[in-house]
Amino acid sequence: MAVDAARYSLKLGPRTKRRKLVNLLMQALATIAALAAVAVLALVVVSVAQRGASALSWGFFTKTAATFGQGGGGVANALVGSIVIVGLATVMAVPVGILIALYVAEFAPPRVADLTRLVLDVLNGLPSIIIGIFVYGLLVIGSGQAAWKGSFALAIIMLPLIARATQEVLALVPSSLREGALALGASRWRTVLGVVLPTSLGGIVTGTVLAVARAAGETAPLLFTTSIAANAVTWDPRQPLLSIPFDIFALSESPDPADHARAWALGFVLITFVLVTSLTARLLLARHRKKLEG
Amino acid sequence: MEADTINEVAPIEIAQPREAPRSAADREVVFEARDLTISYGKAPAVANVNLSFYRNLVAAIIGPSGCGKSTFLRSLNRMNDLIPGARVDGEVFYHGQNIYGDGVDPVEVRRRIGMVFQKPNPFPKSIYDNIAWGLRVLGMKDQLDDRVERALTQAALWDEVKDRLKKGAFGLSGGQQQRLCIARAIAVEPDVVLLDEPASALDPIATSKIEDLIHELKNDYTFVIVTHNMQQAARVADMTAFFTLERTESGGHGVLVEYDETPKIFTQPADKRTEGYVTGRFG
Amino acid sequence: MSAVPSTHPLPERRRVGDRFGDLFLHGLTGAAAAAALVLLGAITWKVFELAWPAITKYGFAFVTRQGWDTIHNKFGALDLIWGTAFTSFSALLLATPLSIAIGLYLSELAPRGARTVIASLVELLAAIPSVVLGLWGILVLGPFVGKDLEPWLHRHLGFIPLFGGSPQNAGMLVAILVLTIMIVPITSSICRELFLGVPTELEQGALALGATRWEMVRGVILPYTRTGVSAAILLGLGRAVGEAIAVSLVLGAGHGIHWSLFVTGDTLASKLAEEYQGSVSRLQTASLVYLAAILLVISLLVNLTAQFIARRFSYERAGGS
Repeated sequence: MAVDAARYSLKLGPRTKRRKLVNLLMQALATIAALAAVAVLALVVVSVAQRGASALSWGFFTKTAATFGQGGGGVANALVGSIVIVGLATVMAVPVGILIALYVAEFAPPRVADLTRLVLDVLNGLPSIIIGIFVYGLLVIGSGQAAWKGSFALAIIMLPLIARATQEVLALVPSSLREGALALGASRWRTVLGVVLPTSLGGIVTGTVLAVARAAGETAPLLFTTSIAANAVTWDPRQPLLSIPFDIFALSESPDPADHARAWALGFVLITFVLVTSLTARLLLARHRKKLEG
Repeated sequence: MEADTINEVAPIEIAQPREAPRSAADREVVFEARDLTISYGKAPAVANVNLSFYRNLVAAIIGPSGCGKSTFLRSLNRMNDLIPGARVDGEVFYHGQNIYGDGVDPVEVRRRIGMVFQKPNPFPKSIYDNIAWGLRVLGMKDQLDDRVERALTQAALWDEVKDRLKKGAFGLSGGQQQRLCIARAIAVEPDVVLLDEPASALDPIATSKIEDLIHELKNDYTFVIVTHNMQQAARVADMTAFFTLERTESGGHGVLVEYDETPKIFTQPADKRTEGYVTGRFG
Repeated sequence: MSAVPSTHPLPERRRVGDRFGDLFLHGLTGAAAAAALVLLGAITWKVFELAWPAITKYGFAFVTRQGWDTIHNKFGALDLIWGTAFTSFSALLLATPLSIAIGLYLSELAPRGARTVIASLVELLAAIPSVVLGLWGILVLGPFVGKDLEPWLHRHLGFIPLFGGSPQNAGMLVAILVLTIMIVPITSSICRELFLGVPTELEQGALALGATRWEMVRGVILPYTRTGVSAAILLGLGRAVGEAIAVSLVLGAGHGIHWSLFVTGDTLASKLAEEYQGSVSRLQTASLVYLAAILLVISLLVNLTAQFIARRFSYERAGGS
């Protein structure tokens, strides 16, 4: 009986103790890694907020940048420029993105759909500076910079994001909805425009918002297309306009600490915009998905 | 079988076991569940089970769907721990030690008590590695090849796979995969093997092979098998436990109705509910 | 759900209009999709076209040539390729175990309630614009690295060439850290989804044998997701290779091939960001775009490989082999 008792004992043997220790160690490492990531996020956000918030004021947003060498002044021109550039880019990218997604979801034979998705994924992975050089070579050489040319570059970056988000939402539309409309005698195009697209609208909007958040922070495509800007606030897209990310880039390379202060303030505005829109869009997307699936 | 003494309608053919079922007398109690209640969240799934399993016997657990048979089975090797919100009240004694006691690690419990699942779940590894992986992890690395061969032989799979040990396990048929899972479980030398409807996803021929296997192995291991197939219980088990669903205001939960030697359960059940189930009037 | 068939046939006009509408929509959307493909081709074409003067002048030797002399108009890509390789692969070295660890934490360890919250926070890290990360890198991380981290490393490990050289606020180490911060959110999110996709019955089979959670991870989860994780890592590499803004801010400027983490330098992308505006000669511009062409080729290779591996992984999981 004593032998049996030893054989069946559930007490932890030395080997099992060691295995449990290794298990615990790995769990600790994984937890530390995750917490480190969150800590870095907090670090960056807090740094930017601390240094940037102090410069903010109503005047900050409405005044244009002060002349070189003087402190003070605002970011009105950069703010307006970003609004124009990103707004125009959205107008360019959204229709094309939706059309491509419609093609993949509704019309394309499977292999063509796969190819299109691959093309979109590859476009998405291209370094944004190369897209900037492309647009420079295509549009700027010979005719000079302009805000809308920067928009074109940003639109190329936004395109795969919008197309992919739209395509995912289109795929969630239950086929019973499509079949119901078609069975009523509606044609393909009426079904798509009247039933499928409206159902997916929520998802398309949030996908666009995510793309806008991404485009708002892009600097490289604007380097060669819309960076040499005048110091006045203008809404004219035919001029090269200053943008917030480019302004941050230029200011952070300067040795002047006053410029750094402006860069922090701009960075704070940008990061707040990007984080808030990203978070909201993601939450909305999750909710929309649940509505369609559940 | 004197079935006509209890039935008014024509009795269901009760399958014949391969040999006379053995009795629980003079056998050591390997498992004892005492007042075992398993709950998910607030509602109990299985309540107040008192049951003992005896060494080297095959015990079957039968009952209608949803009466907590699998839940009870999984509480025997603490697999319910993996479900968030699962709570166990009461005790399960394994050779006299409460597996839910303080200081008892599920890892240690599970190495002694093997489990075979309803759907065959071999690892995405070679046939050899499916068996060898568990052995390596548990430190039984000596004579690995012999151990693997022995496990596969015991599971009646060796001849079929000995020439393709290094090939992936997914190339096997469903029945073969399940026997591989049995081999995997017994390779690490448990003394109890729990089987959760092991043949329900298999065709009749594969099912019969599994039953043969249990018959061959029962002198080396203690088996507890959950099955929704009464005939299987009659063919394979020495003892049978009948669970049913007891309705309460908050829904319902599983309870143990009767537990006895298999012939008794099927021919002279003590409880009306058991009688109803085995004669096919419900469930 | 079958509809009652209409007893009145649709008017001829409407049917023709519908057919035309269908065709038009099909054509329009198809044209948009084709435009995407054309765009990809146009980008590749344009880059090589702009780089052509330098390609004809230097040929392939450009890739193996060191030095970037704007005064004497002698250009070579090797220093930049080295910079790209050194920073990107080092960042990958740091980011890979971190991403796998975070993916495992989010799929296996985190308490249920916290899971989505922490996952969202990690994803938010990816949303930080690279210019803001660069700003933070140059003004916050850089000084910390230059004044605290690098001197410490130099003191204790200075005999290793990696940690030789004099500590400063900008340089390879800062760039590598910033790139790691950029790669980790992308790669860990993908890893998390991959790990969540491992069938529970496989996990349970391992645990039922008496394995610990970590042994189950090592024996079932990681092998099962091996292919997908490689694709994720490659995607992270693609991101790192193409990053121009943040790297140009924190890497400083410089050339030469050094093994030290403490020196400044340039990558293909950062060089483009720095010099393109101030390019003085045709040859310099063309050489810079030649750099862009090399970057494009590298990026396409990495991304296409990642995409093919990812598709193969889905194919494997669906049961093919």
